Amino acid sequence: MRLLGTVVAATMAAATGLAAGSALAGPTFDAVREKGFVQCGVNSSGLPGFATVDDQGNWSGFDIDLCRAIAVAVFGDRNAVKFTPLTAKERFTALQSGEIDVLVRNTTWTLTRDTALGLDFLGVNYYDGQGFMVPKSLGVKSALELDGASVCVQTGTTTELNLADFFRANNMSYEPVVFETNDELLPAFQAGRCDVFTTDQSGLYATRTKFENPDDYVILPEVISKEPLGPVVRHGDNEWGDVVRWTLFAMIEAEEYGVTSENVDELRANSTNPTIRRLLGVEGEFGKNLGLPQDWAYQIIKQIGNYGEVFERNLGMNTPLKIARGLNDLWTRGGLQYSMPFR
Amino acid sequence: MASASHRPAPPRATAFWRDPRVRALFAQALVLGLVLLGAAYLVRNTLLNLERLGVSSGFGFLNTTAGFDISQTLIAYDRTYSYGRAFIVGLLNTFYVAAVGILLATVIGFVMGIARLSSNWLVAKVAAAYIEIVRNVPLLLQLIMWYVVVLGGLPAPRNSLALGESVFLNVRGLFIPRPQFEEGFGWVVAAFLASVVAVVVLARWARRRFEATGQPFPVFWTSLGVLFGLPALAFLLAGQPLSFEYPVLGRFRITGGMVMLPEFMAMVLGLSVYTGAFIAEIVRGGILAISKGQWEAAYALGLSRGQALRLIIVPQALRVIIPPQTSQYLNLTKNSSLGVAIGYPDFFNVAGTINNQTGQAVEVIAITMAVYLTLSLLISAFMNWYNARMALVER
Repeated sequence: MRLLGTVVAATMAAATGLAAGSALAGPTFDAVREKGFVQCGVNSSGLPGFATVDDQGNWSGFDIDLCRAIAVAVFGDRNAVKFTPLTAKERFTALQSGEIDVLVRNTTWTLTRDTALGLDFLGVNYYDGQGFMVPKSLGVKSALELDGASVCVQTGTTTELNLADFFRANNMSYEPVVFETNDELLPAFQAGRCDVFTTDQSGLYATRTKFENPDDYVILPEVISKEPLGPVVRHGDNEWGDVVRWTLFAMIEAEEYGVTSENVDELRANSTNPTIRRLLGVEGEFGKNLGLPQDWAYQIIKQIGNYGEVFERNLGMNTPLKIARGLNDLWTRGGLQYSMPFR
Repeated sequence: MASASHRPAPPRATAFWRDPRVRALFAQALVLGLVLLGAAYLVRNTLLNLERLGVSSGFGFLNTTAGFDISQTLIAYDRTYSYGRAFIVGLLNTFYVAAVGILLATVIGFVMGIARLSSNWLVAKVAAAYIEIVRNVPLLLQLIMWYVVVLGGLPAPRNSLALGESVFLNVRGLFIPRPQFEEGFGWVVAAFLASVVAVVVLARWARRRFEATGQPFPVFWTSLGVLFGLPALAFLLAGQPLSFEYPVLGRFRITGGMVMLPEFMAMVLGLSVYTGAFIAEIVRGGILAISKGQWEAAYALGLSRGQALRLIIVPQALRVIIPPQTSQYLNLTKNSSLGVAIGYPDFFNVAGTINNQTGQAVEVIAITMAVYLTLSLLISAFMNWYNARMALVER
């Protein structure tokens, strides 16, 4: 009879556990407000400039700042966020299962992911493309010279598929060497197991800063794919999706209208520009429509900065990565970053 | 004295709910029912959740194009094949590494287990040190260490270690000529099969004669001669129907020939050295379990230590060794899923990629679990059969 009792208890426990799990996967926005912080899925591979953690456990980087901006929008507190480091392979399951509220992890927006995986992409915080890095000593100038090369690549990425397409389209052979994380891949690449390391170009620049002699490696000029990277939430999670989407837009809009973390106080008090007044919550009820405080965008810009500030701080010319704005410049300057109007 | 009237009344039929057999049946049915109910609840809940999230489900994805490549394929495969095919490629890679690993681990285990019992102080201590160190370091660490050793110890492709003109060893792997079978090679295979049959017959005949007359027959050397001689003869008669495709040093790597990837080498080394240490202890335990009297009886018959071990002790020890040995083979097979850490494209690694590219986690994990379960059951069925064969037959 004791056995029976145990089984019943276990079944009940499993049932209640699952019930709790499915309740959590409901409206994320309510759940986030209730628990008091945003659970953000980020890169576990330690990608300098995008997501790294120091020995004190402090996270920093371009993706991290977007997570913090979401926390600021909801709670007005840049620390009301917890980070879940995820490998490329784990990330979608973590989001689907409700383990995280939002995924900001260099994730490429593709049709399959947007539909069959039950996810929603909300915008593009970094326009990227896949590239190749080779040791300088190899003497290769173009990716078209890579016939027969062996290529290190991370599993579960669009990169893995683009790689196969590129070599096939150009009638070249190659040997893929597939690793789960960057940390396992890099020693193999540096030991000469493969000639080429391929991932998004931003990832190549970021990774190169980790090498002892970054100058011994060159990044080939070819960009073989479109990799629009952006934040992701679960499909059908519309209110929460709006919050994430407009957090990103607020940062881009702020840059376009010259609102920075330095002048935001002054502009809020004195600006007569209607767009700036709407953005900073002086006019209109945009916060209320989103379910956020009236000064949500002001707080983002004040505490995190506008898009350009965040870019320069983490990736720009004064950082080891030295990435030019390029496609990620504002549309007004020939780039692709464009915020929908605050109106 | 005894009278019929004092006979105890026949026990009154107890109510059926007091009957222990009925109660046991009822309890079992209840437990089974609850388990099934629980399982049904889980399945239904999963399906509902997937539906609500808009995640597609079903096994249709197995027929769609995979779109990614795999470094080691034992059957034809490239990015245009289906996900289902990719699964099979991964499965064969797991088979391959597990089979080679089990073979090598058994050899290492037996050698080290017997060495630890050696009367030679140095041999015994070296074996003991190996067993204790290897058993007590996590396997994942050992695999990564082997991989680093393999990668770090081998030269770049352009400075390959070459054995003659056709065997190269470098950081990309071990390259050997690929045999090309031409017409007429079937005769060689047939000759080989015939020689195997001949050897079996010979061994039986020799054994019977030995048991009847006590006259030994040099079975080992004769068998060796037959096994090699007959196919060699057929090979010459059929006009040497075999050629080789030689590996050639290219710009980045060596093309042609057959290659053994460094990931594979590291996996085999790591798995067999690790499991070998456990097998060594099982072998030692098995030998120690045989009573000292058996040794003494063997010596009294004039057998040497080696003969005693081979003819008397090990056959008896096998009865103790085989059951725990089975668990070690199962462990090795399952541990091969750690290949994902060093880039070996085993089943688990490929399944991970497929999971991520299709997003159908539930299906992929179900397939993965079913495959490992089947694999384990197959190995265990084989070992149980072998165990039954070796078990003490009481007359």
